[in-house]
Amino acid sequence: MNTLLRPLLVLFTLLTLLTGVIYPLAVTGIGRVAFANQVSGSLVMRDGKAVGSALISQSFQEPKYFWGRLSATSPMPNNAAASSGSNLGPTNPALIDAVRGHIDALKKADPGNALPIPVDLVTASGSGLDPHVSPAAALYQVARVARERHWDPVKLRELVLDHVEGPQWWIFGEPRVNVLLLNLALDRAQ
Amino acid sequence: MTGQAGFSLLLFLGVLAALGYPLGIYMARIAQTAPIGGLLGKLERAIYRVAGVDPAHDMPWARYAVSVLLFNALGVVVVYLVQRLQLWLPLNPQGMANVAADSAFNTAVSFVTNTNWQGYAGESTLSYFTQMLALTGQNFFSAATGIAVAFALIRGFARRSAQGIGNFWVDLTRSTLYILVPLSLVLAVIFMGQGVIQNFQGYKQVQALESVTYTQPKLDVAGEPLKDTQGNTLTETLTAQTQTLAMGPVASQEAIKMLGTNGGGFFNANSAHPFENPTPLTNFLQMIAMFLIPAALCFTFGRMVGDSRQGWAVFSAMTAIFVVMAVVAMWAEGQGNPLLTPLGVDQGHSALQAGGNMEGKETRFGIVGSALFATITTAASCGAVNAMHDSFTPLGGMVPMWLIQLGEVVFGGVGSGLYGMLIFAIMAVFVAGLMIGRTPEYIGKKIQSFEMKMTSIVILVTPFLVLVGTAIAVMLEAGRLGIFNPGAHGFSEVLYALSSASNNNGSAFAGLSANTPFYNTLLAIAMWFGRFAFIVPVLAIAGSLAKKKRIEATAGTLPTHGALFVALLVGTVVLVGALTYVPALALGPVIEHLQLHAIH
Repeated sequence: MNTLLRPLLVLFTLLTLLTGVIYPLAVTGIGRVAFANQVSGSLVMRDGKAVGSALISQSFQEPKYFWGRLSATSPMPNNAAASSGSNLGPTNPALIDAVRGHIDALKKADPGNALPIPVDLVTASGSGLDPHVSPAAALYQVARVARERHWDPVKLRELVLDHVEGPQWWIFGEPRVNVLLLNLALDRAQ
Repeated sequence: MTGQAGFSLLLFLGVLAALGYPLGIYMARIAQTAPIGGLLGKLERAIYRVAGVDPAHDMPWARYAVSVLLFNALGVVVVYLVQRLQLWLPLNPQGMANVAADSAFNTAVSFVTNTNWQGYAGESTLSYFTQMLALTGQNFFSAATGIAVAFALIRGFARRSAQGIGNFWVDLTRSTLYILVPLSLVLAVIFMGQGVIQNFQGYKQVQALESVTYTQPKLDVAGEPLKDTQGNTLTETLTAQTQTLAMGPVASQEAIKMLGTNGGGFFNANSAHPFENPTPLTNFLQMIAMFLIPAALCFTFGRMVGDSRQGWAVFSAMTAIFVVMAVVAMWAEGQGNPLLTPLGVDQGHSALQAGGNMEGKETRFGIVGSALFATITTAASCGAVNAMHDSFTPLGGMVPMWLIQLGEVVFGGVGSGLYGMLIFAIMAVFVAGLMIGRTPEYIGKKIQSFEMKMTSIVILVTPFLVLVGTAIAVMLEAGRLGIFNPGAHGFSEVLYALSSASNNNGSAFAGLSANTPFYNTLLAIAMWFGRFAFIVPVLAIAGSLAKKKRIEATAGTLPTHGALFVALLVGTVVLVGALTYVPALALGPVIEHLQLHAIH
């Protein structure tokens, strides 16, 4: 039995130490030295205070801000301590109700807007924490935000286009706009 | 979008082959017992000395199997205990309570079997200690177990008239030390550079730009919802000025989660969470990481049996199925949801938006990056998700489900993909042998009655678990209670759960409330037998093959390296998968697809 139990127990212990203690601590050490900002959450500061993370969405419902994706987290949307998607199936009536409800909210805040509604603006993200919207979804809201802030829509459109990130290295992913960073830029320019 | 999809697919396959081939050759060296020099070599020999392992000692298959089972059973016990005691263990800044018994049991089996099904939500359930020591450790061990079994089966083909199939302790140690840890370290560092977090701090409060008003059920002191005299749940309205950001040692776990085809996320939203998968580049690397070792093992196989064409043949068969599936998934998701069009929603693809069915998907990945990820994670036995499969279109969701049901042999899990595919190769030469009336052989080994009996067990065990399990779940009240979406989609949720557990995938149609004693138990049983009722017969085949002489190919031998065999192999996989699952799929995604397009 000793030829079976000794390797079993010793290897389990040693390999657990290697993979469960030494390896994660080594990664943590490298991260602290090389990527101090990223490993602690890519925090965004304003007046010396953390106001969010550049990677995590926040709730925006006031018309003077750009709005982001829907968030299905509970108990409140954009809860970064309980990520979740809606998990609503494509034929579920609750999905259609959620989309319709958000379309109504958009129309109410900007009755004159006749642009087609970009799909990402009225659907929930996978994580509930998606920090981005498509450029189309940001441009859709320019008229409303410009009116609320008494801005020139052309100038605001330029600010939005400045915030469009293209596909990474020109080949990976989709063009997108970080909603929190755009809204912070708005507040700064005010 | 067609151009973008085709380009992404080609780029992915190109990078995969370019990285997989050299890794496969390197792994063939790891599979030999020849000592490796340097610091790691010294560490390896020191480990053997302390553990009392003689690396030259070869195990017969039964001994190998017992070692595999004991090592993994010990893993279940340890992971269970750590979860049950986490409140009193270190690194628990959020004060996470001890996990309930049924959930802890399910999670322990889940991580040991390389399934990494998650009944719990990581950021609100598990301490950093549990995540780092218990779960990250098992991510390595389950992957190393898979590699070891694949090595053993390859040796069965490569050796002649041999009694043993290798030494499990050596295979385990060498896979961990020389393959998994170095690759994970490199990947974790790249991830951190892109924004994946790695720290041991408590959750962070930040001052949000806007306050959020929300309602939630009022709870009594015991945490139960309060009700008024009519029995209605009482709610309270609250306002939050701050946002709480979950933290943790994510990068180190994320790297092995993908490389080991484990797939258990640090957070509930898994790879959709921006702290796990922050950029399109990390998304691409995560996709590569899932297929890297499974693809490399094809080349390891070719190298070890002394005929690299055999490895390319298996690689080609896997690629053929994968490409078709990926194209279907990307097309289906790109079409969008026809029910949203009448509401004035624009689902078209343009320079300004990805369009398509964006429910449950992240903007930075869009349709291509999400549908491709879903295809890869289910072709492999990974189960990480960067989009919610439950919200996919019916056909887009059927692709991942069917890939799981095929037995995850399209690259598949680390090790398990190759040994699963080699079982199908044995099946394919057997079918061909029946057609031409010759004793089937594969890689110079006669395939006889014992191998075919074991192959039958391997091929039948997961369909049995999936179909019987699904039938039980939909017949019982406890099973039906977990269903979230109405109609045919609800049945798909249950079928997906059993398929995912039995084939050790771990992804879900996550609307299903599976964190109940019923599902935790049923799925844990499916996961355990789906893993080890598969591995033991595979090892038996390895043992039996190793004992045989290797016969030279003659004019009457079916060549197993050409296009004909690749087609035969693909045909066998698809036919077995179709015959077994088409009736069940017809009740779920097929009906839903017809309904979706009939009502609009």
